[in-house]
Amino acid sequence: MPEVVLITGTRKGIGRHLVDHFLQKDYVVAGCSRDEFDGALPPGYRHYRADVADERAVVDMVRDVQNSCGSITVLINNAGIASMNHLLLTPLSTIERIFSTNVFGTFLVMREAAKIMATARYGRIVNFASVATPLDLEGEAGYAASKAAVESLTRVAARELAPFNITVNAVGPSPVMTDLIQGVPKRTMDALINRQAIKRMAEQGDITNAIDFLVSRASDFVTGQTIYLGGV
Amino acid sequence: MDKEQVLRLVLSTVREEADEIGYDELRAPTAETPLFGGDAGVDSLSLVRLVAAVERAAQVQFGKNVVLADEKAMSMRNSPFRTAGALAELLFARLGAVDA
Repeated sequence: MPEVVLITGTRKGIGRHLVDHFLQKDYVVAGCSRDEFDGALPPGYRHYRADVADERAVVDMVRDVQNSCGSITVLINNAGIASMNHLLLTPLSTIERIFSTNVFGTFLVMREAAKIMATARYGRIVNFASVATPLDLEGEAGYAASKAAVESLTRVAARELAPFNITVNAVGPSPVMTDLIQGVPKRTMDALINRQAIKRMAEQGDITNAIDFLVSRASDFVTGQTIYLGGV
Repeated sequence: MDKEQVLRLVLSTVREEADEIGYDELRAPTAETPLFGGDAGVDSLSLVRLVAAVERAAQVQFGKNVVLADEKAMSMRNSPFRTAGALAELLFARLGAVDA
């Protein structure tokens, strides 16, 4: 039976790429975004319009995926937002918005998907961290802190879900050309990339490679880890 | 949907899960069967599984998506997870609060 993957934040960027990636690997793929999917839905892909920070929407979506596609075996918590600003110029509402999507959203989808995985006694969860956390990036206090929370959530969830044969890990991409970083000045981006061991932008394939490793059935002894890309 | 139906659903789910979670005393549950807390009942991991199974069963039977471990349930003076009957009471209340 084909495996079922749920990917959040699929409208564009990394999430959109992950939809195609998992379809090519013959997964049954479901995903969500706050807005309608960009363009035509790829054959075999089921899209939900849902905000991951909305508990009711997440509960309804996850259970509908189970009913329509089968038990979710892989969850990729990709949905995330960022905001670059100096601490002194950051409104509280911005930080609340970032935490709602990045932390509360990751928590909610993980909780609901893990209920299904616990019953099936198998699951792979991959959350999205960021190099912004270990690099302590100036101008990204809220974003870096939210991703630090995701890492902590990942480690604790790994322990709590291990008895159900569910692994929980995170991937921390270095900058990759998506909308999330479009507003970042080139000079800032160059300085950031210079702090990596391998001094280039990440590509989508770098991210899917790490995810493939973490969701592989053979990776059943790998949990609670965050894989940073680019040598951070 | 009445309370009796909801209790029956909870009891049958507990019965089905008994083997999986390894508790013989749950094979013939009644409303008074202890589930969690005190000296009797299941461990916390088994409770997690039971709650997930009951939520799923409620969805299949009544077509409603409920979350049992909500803030209200977790702050009740008497745990709604203490017996199968208490869990059924909680489920009945949540089913009434959710639109299909």
